[in-house]
Amino acid sequence: MISFQGVHKWFKDLHVLNDVNLHVKQGEVFVVCGPSGSGKSTLIRAVNKLEPIQKGHVVVDGYDLSDEKTDINLLRAEIGFVFQQFNLYPHLTVLKNITLAPLKIRKLPKQEAEEQATALLERVGLADKRDAYPAQLSGGQQQRVAIARSLAMKPKIMLFDEPTSALDPEMIGEVLQVMQGLAHTGMTLMVVTHEMGFAREVADRVVFMDYGVILEEATPEEFFRNPRHERAQLFLKEILSPMH
Amino acid sequence: MFNYQFDWAVVTSGQYAQWLLSGIKVTIELSVVAIVGSFLLGLIIAVMRMSNVRPVRWFAHAYLEFFRNTPLLVQIFFWYFGSYKILPKVVNDWLNTTNFEFSAAVIALTIYTSAFIAEDIRSGVRAIPKEQMEAAQSSGFSYLRSMYYIILPQAVRLTIPTLINQFLNLTKNSSLAMTIGVAELTYQARQVESYTFKGFEAFTAATLVYLALSIIITWMLTLYNKHVLNPLGVR
Repeated sequence: MISFQGVHKWFKDLHVLNDVNLHVKQGEVFVVCGPSGSGKSTLIRAVNKLEPIQKGHVVVDGYDLSDEKTDINLLRAEIGFVFQQFNLYPHLTVLKNITLAPLKIRKLPKQEAEEQATALLERVGLADKRDAYPAQLSGGQQQRVAIARSLAMKPKIMLFDEPTSALDPEMIGEVLQVMQGLAHTGMTLMVVTHEMGFAREVADRVVFMDYGVILEEATPEEFFRNPRHERAQLFLKEILSPMH
Repeated sequence: MFNYQFDWAVVTSGQYAQWLLSGIKVTIELSVVAIVGSFLLGLIIAVMRMSNVRPVRWFAHAYLEFFRNTPLLVQIFFWYFGSYKILPKVVNDWLNTTNFEFSAAVIALTIYTSAFIAEDIRSGVRAIPKEQMEAAQSSGFSYLRSMYYIILPQAVRLTIPTLINQFLNLTKNSSLAMTIGVAELTYQARQVESYTFKGFEAFTAATLVYLALSIIITWMLTLYNKHVLNPLGVR
């Protein structure tokens, strides 16, 4: 479903993606972890071309992003993206945040778009917030609306870029539960996260990267029980028991 | 020294009051058409100014520099006395079916003000976090549609106070249209003065009307922003 083939990217002298080769299968829950600055956000942003790459190929649903014939806007409509900072549209109500793209891009009739949005809001537990503005919601609620907004396009793939990193601890659970629910629907999910609990329970595969290089690729059991790479061992130790 | 006989009746009743009223009507028409036009044109120029396509960006830049840095009066004279010599025949034919003085004044005011508005809107756009554009594009909106649905509506809200300023300037600048014979408020006040020698009354009346118009414009846009565009006072 998503395939990285010899992908390189540089920010000036900094080699942020260094020969990345990965294949995310359809229906897979694919977790990317690694320390800050390891290139994991850049990696996930390359999937919908928010970050263009300089060498190699990213192929999504059979379309090569570097092919000029690929209509990136059409492709992006099939790829949901959830940001660390939610990035809801502050001037629109929750309902309009969700219905905007279905109305304007999918050309859904208004009634259908609103019914669908209402159903999605129920699914993320926010049916009563449809007429609220983003500024009136907590971080966890905003993130759930952002997930509903992405789902409203009925995407084939959902990308999550550290979806819980900007949240207060007591709100992380509500967002992870929504994501877990999604994983069970068989949608393809690629998730950049530090939530090792989520990775352990929900992921089909985990990759660990640092310095733009994929250092380890394993099932969650292998990764957590017996990480092979020294850097991954250190990372897991730090993140699982920060005080040692 | 104060032996001047005030005669306010000159401007409050009779034929001269009619002149002033018709002047007010023309000033309002001129201002409203040019406000709407300069706002729309300003939006387009602002977006062109931020385009990735170099020639488009350069064109917008040249437009801005040209129209912001030349006197409005000269621009009015250009459109009135000069433009028909270079405009295509169809355009001239069409302009001649309209009131040409009025059209030339509208064009000059619209273009002149649009240059200022474009810069205001551009700084509004720059104040919107770039993640808004990323979110819109991630949903499948093209750059231009992201601008239209997500970025510009937010940028315009931020820009309302400076836009009000531009609209007030425009309304006051519309008085320059008298120089090409548009019978707007200042023109009519001048007429009243010529016929009656009651310059004090005539121009006091004109001044008060401009003041009232400015206050009404400010008030309407502020209320519109407060209750329609941004009921929550967000950002």
